[in-house]
Amino acid sequence: MAVAADLDFIIEHYKNPQNYGHLENPDIVHEEGNPSCGDQIRIELKIDNDRITDVRFSGKGCAISQAAASILTEEIKGKTLAEVKEFDKQKMLDLLGVEISAMRMKCALLALKIVKAGAYGITEWPGEEE
Amino acid sequence: MAVRTQTLKELDPRTIKRDFPIFTRTVHGKPLIYLDNAATSQRPQSVIDAVTRYYQSYNANVHRAVHTLSHEASVAYEDAHKKAARFVNARSWKEIVFTRNATEAINLVAYAWGLKNLQAGDEVLVTIMEHHSDIVPWFRLRELKQVAVGFLDVTDEGRLKLDELPRLLTKRTKLVGLVYASNALGTINSVAEVIEAAKRVGAVTLLDAAQAAPHIPIDVQALRCDFLAISGHKMLGPTGIGFLYGRRELLETMDPFLYGGDMISTVTTESVTFNELPWKFEAGTPNISGGIGLGVAMDYLCALGLENVYAHEQKLLEYALNKLLQIDNLEIYGPKETQDRLAVISFNLRGVHPHDVAGILDEAGIAVRSGHHCAQPLMKRLEIENTARASFYIYNSEEDVDALVDALKTAQKLFA
Repeated sequence: MAVAADLDFIIEHYKNPQNYGHLENPDIVHEEGNPSCGDQIRIELKIDNDRITDVRFSGKGCAISQAAASILTEEIKGKTLAEVKEFDKQKMLDLLGVEISAMRMKCALLALKIVKAGAYGITEWPGEEE
Repeated sequence: MAVRTQTLKELDPRTIKRDFPIFTRTVHGKPLIYLDNAATSQRPQSVIDAVTRYYQSYNANVHRAVHTLSHEASVAYEDAHKKAARFVNARSWKEIVFTRNATEAINLVAYAWGLKNLQAGDEVLVTIMEHHSDIVPWFRLRELKQVAVGFLDVTDEGRLKLDELPRLLTKRTKLVGLVYASNALGTINSVAEVIEAAKRVGAVTLLDAAQAAPHIPIDVQALRCDFLAISGHKMLGPTGIGFLYGRRELLETMDPFLYGGDMISTVTTESVTFNELPWKFEAGTPNISGGIGLGVAMDYLCALGLENVYAHEQKLLEYALNKLLQIDNLEIYGPKETQDRLAVISFNLRGVHPHDVAGILDEAGIAVRSGHHCAQPLMKRLEIENTARASFYIYNSEEDVDALVDALKTAQKLFA
């Protein structure tokens, strides 16, 4: 985990998550967890003309996994599905703005993985080499 | 646990720490404070040297050659069995089978004893406190042999509900598997009482001593258990080595576990006869360096005295529980008193996920575990998902507890 001073942004999102909750009649719903640590995230998307018009997430887990979901939902709202498809691991890490250790990488990328799995059926971890 | 207080010798963790080269390193610029001993311990220089010395000075396969190196390696590897026998007070070193770890030791019992002796309708009774290593192998027998797997419950404090034993133990109960001490909660179980009750219905008894053996003296003859499983890596030994104690009468009648080299006596194209104990259960070239290293680890622990190890940890546990119980919004799982309890403390800080706790502690150079501790049924029973866990050993001191408490307060402020 990054040094304490850098964590405020993450903790702020963790304590006051954006776009938290559920949508009425979402077009895409996808939920996955991280079995090794119990992080769980559900993403709900409203799609209009290939554009994400609304998004909610719900779930439980560590600050990094939940803050990443909160930050990601802010970022993808209003974007087209094609734009979101280009959204990669590095962009997610840049948005988090703190150094993520190898042990916490799956926490940081869980929300992005779920969005991609829900929207495009892409199931591998974003940016994973093997 | 009865400890003869009059003969105890006080351990000095600062002196002990000097035997462990890992403590010369830093983590994030801070001296390493290692509180993840329930996952694996550190290794003293003497163990590292013993492993190296085997490879440098007498590396050879065991039991198969007349040359000098092979003889030396065979003697050292057998000696490690003898040390293990003394460590658990077995009648004979023939009752000691080296395995990769406690998990493999339990699998050995499940396959080599269970497949032969269990029938559909029989029952294996374990506890809800077991590590997955003493649950999942029995689930496999449930599939293969249609045996039932029952669970003895715990109280909310993490003690076994022994009063439910008479109801759960029946003529159908053929094996009782019991964790000696919980790696998740630190509870030391009343194993003697459970073994007695199991014997009354004629059940075979298996103790998972992976978490207990590094911290308390073990005497299989006094316990009268049939099997006992130990992992070397939690008690200063190398990874990939552990052992099964098995009562000789049972080991003799069991089928082998793995088949192949070294476990045979004669092989023809038509038939095979098996080797004597314990080699019947040690197929293939074994982990020779690991076995020798584990022997030296047991030498180290016996020189300290397991009674003294336990007394040291009891003092640390009392100190740590007192300090941690004073932290607001910190919940401790498992017994709150020191009696019959190891210095393994599972806890949660309200509002801070245990992974974040572990991450912040890591920044302070403190290694703790976070997760379900390979005891998901127990976590579910206690209605928690995961915990942070600080587990102490011979090289830990009260200063380590103070550092832990400081770092936890930092985490709390950060998330306040």
